[in-house]
Amino acid sequence: MNLMSMTAIELGSKIKKREVSVTEAVTAALDAAERKEPQLNSFVTIDREGALKHAQDVQKRLDEGQIDSPLAGVPVAVKDNLCTEGLLTTCSSKILYNFIPTYTAQAVLQLQQAGAVVIGKTNMDEFAMGSTTETSAFGETKNPWNLSHVPGGSSGGSCAAVAAGECTYALGSDTGGSIRQPSSFCGVTGFKPTYGTVSRYGLIAYGSSLDAIGPVAKDISDCAAILEAIASYDIKDSTSVRREDYKFTSALIDDVKGMKIGIPRDYLGEGLDDDVKNAVLKAAKRLKEKGAVVEEFDLSLVEYAIPAYYVVACAEASSNLARFDGVKYGYRTKEYEGLHNMYKRSRSEGFGAEVKRRIMLGSFVLSSGYYDAYYLKALRTKALIKQAFDRAFEKYDVILGPTAPATAPKLGESLSDPIKMYLGDIYTISVNLAGLPAATLPCGKDRAGLPIGLQLIGDCFQEKKIIRAAYAFEQTRNYEYSPFAEV
Amino acid sequence: MANIISDDTIEYVGILAKLELKEEEKARAKKDMSEMLDYIDKLNELDTDGVEPMSHIFPVSNVFREDIVTNTDGSKDTLLNAPKQKDGGFMVPKTIGS
Repeated sequence: MNLMSMTAIELGSKIKKREVSVTEAVTAALDAAERKEPQLNSFVTIDREGALKHAQDVQKRLDEGQIDSPLAGVPVAVKDNLCTEGLLTTCSSKILYNFIPTYTAQAVLQLQQAGAVVIGKTNMDEFAMGSTTETSAFGETKNPWNLSHVPGGSSGGSCAAVAAGECTYALGSDTGGSIRQPSSFCGVTGFKPTYGTVSRYGLIAYGSSLDAIGPVAKDISDCAAILEAIASYDIKDSTSVRREDYKFTSALIDDVKGMKIGIPRDYLGEGLDDDVKNAVLKAAKRLKEKGAVVEEFDLSLVEYAIPAYYVVACAEASSNLARFDGVKYGYRTKEYEGLHNMYKRSRSEGFGAEVKRRIMLGSFVLSSGYYDAYYLKALRTKALIKQAFDRAFEKYDVILGPTAPATAPKLGESLSDPIKMYLGDIYTISVNLAGLPAATLPCGKDRAGLPIGLQLIGDCFQEKKIIRAAYAFEQTRNYEYSPFAEV
Repeated sequence: MANIISDDTIEYVGILAKLELKEEEKARAKKDMSEMLDYIDKLNELDTDGVEPMSHIFPVSNVFREDIVTNTDGSKDTLLNAPKQKDGGFMVPKTIGS
């Protein structure tokens, strides 16, 4: 019995039936992670001692009948931009190289209340700024399917860890595609919920109006169960949304008869790899065979999403990252003359190149004389993009397309040309601008054997339509699919 | 239209962003920013006259609560993260004239 090839629901069920103890499950994950880390580097921190202690606590709570969650006892890895009390949280940045949070992020806390055991913190692009996990100050993560390729980013560590069976599932964050794109590259299932569904309390902010926390797992059933555990209305997050229905798992139904699915023609055009296109259209055909009504349509404005995103995200980042000043936590420069020089040197030495690039661009677009031309223009564009989606969702239940234009690039190929790297997020970014929920699930491999992701986008608060379509698709995916990379 | 970023602009952005760039970083920053702005200028193709800037997707408003303390005193643990501390406070370089 390989515990690490099971889904969270399968493993949770074995734990509940006492066929597997929590300590056995957690030890299996820790052993696998420690064995594979020299090759993958998915983790910034592995917390063996803390995880084994928590495992005992959870077993006790289970034995006393205090918890009844399907996730109880299942080992999880958490992206290193989510605060964990007493456990190093770095955002993969030198500026937070020694930061020990005094509290735990709400999403992680809810998982722990459900009995999840955090085994460690996963590597990411520094402050979630990047699409490859190569901007981490603690070294790049490798793609488990081919170690000379990137895992995607920014939640590359979380996605690689799930794909390689270093943990059963993981949490990531998604500001412009940072859960979906690496999930696609690593052949796992990722879910970005509607903005405001999961509390951002304790998530180290990048672009606050875009940031969303979500699950990375082996299938949509796990994603739905995890989402159910982490979603809540939280008074500690002023943009938290009170929802009527959090029962996401009730949508795990193999029935898409009559479901209207739209494929944006704009997502199938220039720049899309042929293998990706064929796999995505094949997936659409399978849903059609199951009774969905599938048609192509023009979404419009797709090419404006990336420039609008970089203005909005960088503007918010320049403000959010002002708190890293060498005073309250993290890195302080060794030599300085006076307060302002200390601020400047600490930040300049503590932040990496991509983070500095985005802070500067953000400072510029918010500065006097440019605010209207750049920042307000981007917010107006965002309004138009939202309207385009609103029109689409008048006609369709779900929008289907690729998650990324190509499969995972080779290590070292992306960072030299930032704009080219940014273009890789073309299908994911507009979803964040419009606050929509979206999932990615594996739908095949390209000619080089690298995973391809299918993206399903829903209207705000319509996660259940995505889950239903994803579940129905998974039932047809009895072919070559395995969520598991041998490392 | 190509955006030319001058030395003055980079200096000014450095002040706003509280960053001190080395000479070679400045050259790269000028190039990167000018390329990004050229790319962002694509937004000017769009007619956005009369479109309200959308900062939030949902009609959010301020969330108020009573000013009652609910958390406990975490100052000791918080200070453990400080690069320098003294007498229960964060220690920073002298800010008023010596």
